[in-house]
Amino acid sequence: MDNQRLTLLSRIQDSDIYFSFTKSPTAIVSTIILIIIFFCSFFVELVAPFNPFDPSSLSLMDAFTPPSWSKDGVAKFILGTDGQGRDMFSTILYGSRISLIVGFSAILFSLILGVTLGLTSGYFGGKYEMIVMRLTDVQLTVPSILMALLVDGIARGIISKELHDEMAIYVLIFAIGISEWPQFARVSRAATLVERNKDYVSASAIIGVSNIFIMFKHILPNIMRPVLVIGTIGLALAIIAESTLSFLGVGVPPTTPSLGTLIRIGNDFLFSGEWWITFFPAIFLVILAFSINLLGDWMRDTLNPKLN
Amino acid sequence: MKVKNLYKIVLVSLFVFWSTLSWAANTIKWSMQGDSLTLDPHAQNEGPTTMVSRQVYEALVTRGLDMSIGPQLATTWKATNPTTWVFNLRKDVIFHNGDKMTSEDVVFSLLRAQQPTSDFKEYISTITSVKALDDYTVEIQTKEPNPILLNQLSNIFVMSKKWANENFAIVPQNWDAGQETFSATNAMGTGPFKITLREPNTKTVFKKNRKWWGEVKHNLDEIHLLPIANAATRVAALLSGELDIVTDAPVQDLERIRSSGTHKVSSIEQMRTIFLGMDQAADKLRSGNTGDNPFKKKEVRQAFYQAIDIEAIKEKVMRGLSSPAGIITFPGVTGYTKELDKRLSYDVAAAKKLLAGAGYPDGFDIELRCPNDRYVNDEAICTAVVGMLGKIGVNVSLNSQTKSKHFKELKDDQGDFYMLGWGVPTLDSHYVFHYLYESEASWNKVNFSNAEVDAAIRVMEGEVDLEKRNAAIAKAWKIVKDDIAYLPLHHQVISWASKRSVDVPIRPNNEPLFRFSKKR
Amino acid sequence: MFQSILVMLVVAFVSFSLFTFVGDPINNMVGEETSDEERTELRENLGLNDPVYVQFSRFVVNASQGEFGISYQLRRPVSELISERLPATLELVIISALIALVSGTLLGVYTGINRKGFLTDTILAVSLLGVSLPTFVIGILFIYLFAVILGVLPSFGRGEVVDLGFWSTGFLTTSGLKAIILPSVTLSLFQMTYIIRLVRAEMMEILQTDYIKFARARGINEKSIHYKHALKNGLIPVITIAGINIGTLIAFSIITETVFQWPGMGFLFIQAVKFVDIPIMSAYLVFIAFVFVMINFIVDILYYFIDPRIRVKSEAVSG
Repeated sequence: MDNQRLTLLSRIQDSDIYFSFTKSPTAIVSTIILIIIFFCSFFVELVAPFNPFDPSSLSLMDAFTPPSWSKDGVAKFILGTDGQGRDMFSTILYGSRISLIVGFSAILFSLILGVTLGLTSGYFGGKYEMIVMRLTDVQLTVPSILMALLVDGIARGIISKELHDEMAIYVLIFAIGISEWPQFARVSRAATLVERNKDYVSASAIIGVSNIFIMFKHILPNIMRPVLVIGTIGLALAIIAESTLSFLGVGVPPTTPSLGTLIRIGNDFLFSGEWWITFFPAIFLVILAFSINLLGDWMRDTLNPKLN
Repeated sequence: MKVKNLYKIVLVSLFVFWSTLSWAANTIKWSMQGDSLTLDPHAQNEGPTTMVSRQVYEALVTRGLDMSIGPQLATTWKATNPTTWVFNLRKDVIFHNGDKMTSEDVVFSLLRAQQPTSDFKEYISTITSVKALDDYTVEIQTKEPNPILLNQLSNIFVMSKKWANENFAIVPQNWDAGQETFSATNAMGTGPFKITLREPNTKTVFKKNRKWWGEVKHNLDEIHLLPIANAATRVAALLSGELDIVTDAPVQDLERIRSSGTHKVSSIEQMRTIFLGMDQAADKLRSGNTGDNPFKKKEVRQAFYQAIDIEAIKEKVMRGLSSPAGIITFPGVTGYTKELDKRLSYDVAAAKKLLAGAGYPDGFDIELRCPNDRYVNDEAICTAVVGMLGKIGVNVSLNSQTKSKHFKELKDDQGDFYMLGWGVPTLDSHYVFHYLYESEASWNKVNFSNAEVDAAIRVMEGEVDLEKRNAAIAKAWKIVKDDIAYLPLHHQVISWASKRSVDVPIRPNNEPLFRFSKKR
Repeated sequence: MFQSILVMLVVAFVSFSLFTFVGDPINNMVGEETSDEERTELRENLGLNDPVYVQFSRFVVNASQGEFGISYQLRRPVSELISERLPATLELVIISALIALVSGTLLGVYTGINRKGFLTDTILAVSLLGVSLPTFVIGILFIYLFAVILGVLPSFGRGEVVDLGFWSTGFLTTSGLKAIILPSVTLSLFQMTYIIRLVRAEMMEILQTDYIKFARARGINEKSIHYKHALKNGLIPVITIAGINIGTLIAFSIITETVFQWPGMGFLFIQAVKFVDIPIMSAYLVFIAFVFVMINFIVDILYYFIDPRIRVKSEAVSG
């Protein structure tokens, strides 16, 4: 057991990816930032000094407290408070959790959908392949933001308003996810086409290994690299899409604010001197997206030199 | 060839530049959150719609800068018996197209406002007949003696009968059915300004009516109405000099606007009270989790009332610009007293006790419906209310949406607990009771019903003895206040922000009168 | 060509489904006091009782004539609303596309030729930051900086527009020209970063191809190699991207138009989504799809003229 783990560790350490990682300061820094953000967001109950959604801990009289270092700041509200007296630091972390959940779920959804369709269409070919590829063409015709807005609009029409608030987050995940899958489908189909004709695949097929086994055991690992690259860049796009939709007022409801919702609400106070209400969520969002993009950029250069 | 083209382009740009210069004469650029919904003067009874129509159309009588009723298209009037009124019209009034205005037009307009597609039919439902006695005399009859007829008439605009006939606009645009009419995008009134360009939600241009009958007290050539939905953008545009006046300046930005050195802010208590409604008749709440309707118990309504820290809302959400309210009416309205306007105390402990006493010690779930673009900081007030009710254990989910959806769904009886604001254009308590408290009244969405109040409303409508009438109003107010039929929040204070060089007198009904405006 | 028609039909069907199945159109049109008989009559008049395929073909016929009914919210014909706002959006998009294309290509070529160096690294880092900055954040920043603090550029709207009858343009007035600067730059940034990266990658690839090496060997000077030979070939994918970008820009103008209160179609659309104003939503969808299809078509034709290989191939196929 111990031995096995050691070999796994040493395998990782020996790999060119690891080597490249240790040689890239931007990759290291962005990874560290992301780990901190992910940790703080997912264990927000432990990290955040306040729960901004527990009304009994809130007092409206605390509203508009500036950041702790400014003249009227209070030490317990490090980044100040918003117009409802919520601690900005805690609110941002809770908001970032919502943004990350939506981003990850959306990208996972489109990854599973896209890879499955790409893999099977590349493997089986024929009419099925043609239909899938035409579908990706049509899907690519509709820009992501428009697709997401449409899905949201339709959902508003179908689902009653009460349900919509509860469903909003799922609608959002679906809306963002549905617009990203063609990327995954195209890449995984292309990779599958290459792999399918290789000898080992033909050999497996001849000795009677099932199609599903071949696809998932043999071909899938080979397309993981480009899929990972697209997934990482897609994650940044999904997080930005979520914040954009929430900023436009069609995303998550204001009672469970994401980073975009926070920026939208804070925007009203930009001119009145309460800049921290919009500035901190915005800067947090930019750092988050920038770090993911930096990491994605490095991955593309390392994992997929052809794309460089 | 190329040089020739260049020459053409230069000429065109010069011309355009010149024409922009000549336009710039004396123009007020005016902005607010929303736009008029329609130019048809009888199709929608709604704030911004009336604001726009008021500059173009005129009524028999009107309220001046000080809100007192005075003559407009009618010079004198008198009641010949308790249900008959005779109005003598001005003889020098012409429409924007040059046609003379006569009693024909007045009769036509009043009857038009009573058509089924009119949004004012309920408003002037007491009028039973309108007749032209001669070219400049009109007789109006009412069902019963109507002490507030003049108030009502001040909001019924007069349009040209001939123009309406020619343009298929004899009946008001049917707003609910999505009808499109010429009168919705064009106007033919007698007012001090006429509309020369109409791009809904983008830009409306009013030009000075040089043949207006009245004494010109303004010095404007044009008014441009440029609605901007986003508050921050609106303020940015004002500060950067692109706008002259904003008639709904956000409270949080007033300090900054004032300190800019080139701008000024004027605030006034608006004739509008913001309150929360709680449906007391439904057997089961639509959004509740208790299987019954807690609002049926007065204790629950009172617990909600006492859980709300209205002073905190005033200080933090409204930045001091509101006055906490005890009833849904304000100073200046017949029937208002300071005593009635006192609130129950803010007392969380008492509220918790009341809630427990009513059988809900752990609170319950409920949805609060709220507009997010209608009243000053409406959504922020609701969010604050959600937090305050959370402290007594009531788990409130907030449903905030754009005003047209909010009002439509309220009208469709979908609200358990909602925010609404009520203004009193007639400055008489009857208007409040008639719409909010009378059994089955159109905006009585809390389903309040009380025989004594209904009887008092009948007295308000028919009693000409002022003392008796006032007694009925006082009695009705006491009943509805003691019963906590609604949960009053505050009287709204409105603020207009403008360049220092612009002088548009602020009015408590939030309606600018550009005929009294000046720009240096 | 066949594919284009297919795309349009699919999109039309989606729009039609929106119309027919999302909510009862009758409920959206009348007030609650309308009687049941009136509803039935309206239903019959609008043809809502016909079989679905009849309704769909009617929808397609109407849509092809630009008829999408009346907006639930604004109570005006959708075709009129769209055509009123079309010029605003198109002017914004065209200017943004030009900014993105020109500066994107220039910066891309520079970074492609100078593979390392401070300026290249800076451009690339900033471009990555550009992808990470949501459009609305950039817009808010610009308004705050240029309109409020510096007070040099307008923060909303189109300024004075000149009505040419069929088209209202902001290009002919100073205020109109000033008004378009902030929104168009905001809108172009995201696309610009893509073009920079694309052009850079293309340039680097082409500079390593045999014929460039051959040109070098022949002693043709570097400038000529870069701009005459390499760039010409590097531009081919840019044309595709530019084509797709115009469609994407139209869609993304929704955000820019909201932030800058630009009276275009995107602003109209976002209000429609909030109100569930189905006629506007479906009309906008069909319109965007139409633009995409048209652009793809034009790009294909352009390809034909620019890239001789494709010309040869298609001639071989047809011959």
